Amino acid sequence: MADVPNFKVTIDNITVEVPAGTTILEAARKIGGDIAPPTMCYYSKLKGSGGKCRTCLVEVSKGSEKDPRPMPKLMASCRTTVMDGMEVKNITSDRVKDARAGVVEFLLINHPLDCPICDQAGECKLQDLGYDHGKAGTRYEFQRRTFPKHNLGDKIQLHMTRCILCYRCVMTAEQLTKKREHGVVDRGDHAQIASYLDQHLDNEFIGNIIDVCPVGALTDRTFRFKNRVWFLKPLNAHRDCPTCSGKVTIWNRGDEVFRVTARKDQWGEVEDWICNECRFEKKKTSDWVIEEVSPVSRHSVINQNKYFNLDKPKETIDEIIGKKPRLFLDIHNVSKVNEKNRDLSMIEGPANSKDFKNKQQ
Amino acid sequence: MQTLTNRSENVDRSPMTFVESLYLPAIVKGMGITLKHFFKKPATYSYPEVKRPFSPVFRGLHVLNRDEEGRERCTACGLCALACPAEAITMEAAERLPEEENLYREEKYAAKYEINMLRCIFCGMCEEACPKDAIYLSETFTPSDYARKKFIYAKEDMLIPNKNTEKEDYEKALGKDVPTTASAFFD
Repeated sequence: MADVPNFKVTIDNITVEVPAGTTILEAARKIGGDIAPPTMCYYSKLKGSGGKCRTCLVEVSKGSEKDPRPMPKLMASCRTTVMDGMEVKNITSDRVKDARAGVVEFLLINHPLDCPICDQAGECKLQDLGYDHGKAGTRYEFQRRTFPKHNLGDKIQLHMTRCILCYRCVMTAEQLTKKREHGVVDRGDHAQIASYLDQHLDNEFIGNIIDVCPVGALTDRTFRFKNRVWFLKPLNAHRDCPTCSGKVTIWNRGDEVFRVTARKDQWGEVEDWICNECRFEKKKTSDWVIEEVSPVSRHSVINQNKYFNLDKPKETIDEIIGKKPRLFLDIHNVSKVNEKNRDLSMIEGPANSKDFKNKQQ
Repeated sequence: MQTLTNRSENVDRSPMTFVESLYLPAIVKGMGITLKHFFKKPATYSYPEVKRPFSPVFRGLHVLNRDEEGRERCTACGLCALACPAEAITMEAAERLPEEENLYREEKYAAKYEINMLRCIFCGMCEEACPKDAIYLSETFTPSDYARKKFIYAKEDMLIPNKNTEKEDYEKALGKDVPTTASAFFD
């Protein structure tokens, strides 16, 4: 390959040197922090992703050293490559802030406000985007778009009403698995992610479409309604898997593994694709070798109300008083929540009233 | 030493005079103050015969609300448990079956919901966090009891009666026709 020249690009008054052909977004991510534009559809691990959601719009105030004219419109930074001497404004530009608020409003037009029910709440990119860049209210007065329920197999739950049509899952299925089993059918407002003739997605890596989905449109049915993500403790773990790298994040509450996901980097992108067996079948702590607590952003709700280390503090009271203390109330004898003989994490699909009735006796 | 306020007075340690050493004038003076209070309006209420009127913002025992059709509003989103500073709330969610649509408002509901009233500090954060208007703090106390285990309130203990099917219980729960007795006593 020919030598690629390095280009100097200034983003929000910070200059960074990147090889030619790098997108503005990748250059901004090199600087990091708030300067990196938010993305809903772009995924660095997927070829051809980006350019659909327009959340990463930036203002190019100087085209390049040779042609210093500013670009007339805001540019999608995930698809625009840098030029030498380019100057880009992201958070320092009022135009960008305004445009981004508009984009969020458009993305939320048909998105239902069912975060209390949605399993993605707490780690949802659209939720974060709405909080950071959106406006408080909506001006949309019409019926929101709804779809007939469509099943993508017994392990993956599709909620088409929540979909923002980022095409990430379609690209994942196309590039990761040999056979494309689902895609986008219909056009415009009717466009929906679907598989023809209700085919089940049964490729062994297809579970990764859950991780790439920025919203709660694709969720894990084995985790459905079991718990909220902020009550779980993410732990980096691995196992000897013949099909994939086996490096995952397990989401524990106590010793129960509620969910297994791929490890994600600081941009919320999957580090290593994992196979369906790791994701859906291995729901015991003994299946995994726990390495460390996954690093979670200090501002994330997942960080709330828990201690982020692996050591369990030792009970010292028995040693000091020389006998077991007499408890006035053992909460486990009274409480009907988290009963010993009912492990929600072991139930195949979402729990329903039958699970709660059978186990009571 | 420098004093914090100018109200402090030095204790008078001079020996008592003859009249003071009799103590009687001081006793009479003290009894006078006591007697004066016999004819004043009492500052206390004789609870439980007389009940104080609650302020409308009083934060008491929790109530789980239903919607107009009598379906449970709670979807077990866990925001109350997250907001709870005392970690008193626990819950387990379940998916609504098709035949249960008249029971629960959303496709997910709280199959188990418990508040440990021993831990609860009645701060009202749960009420504030609830996105579904499902939990409210009512104008009543938590009844006292001898056993600690009676203070673990399950969903059934807090759920408001269905206003369509259990009309009488619902009216009773609203407590509208049970006036606070304090007003009857003093007005």
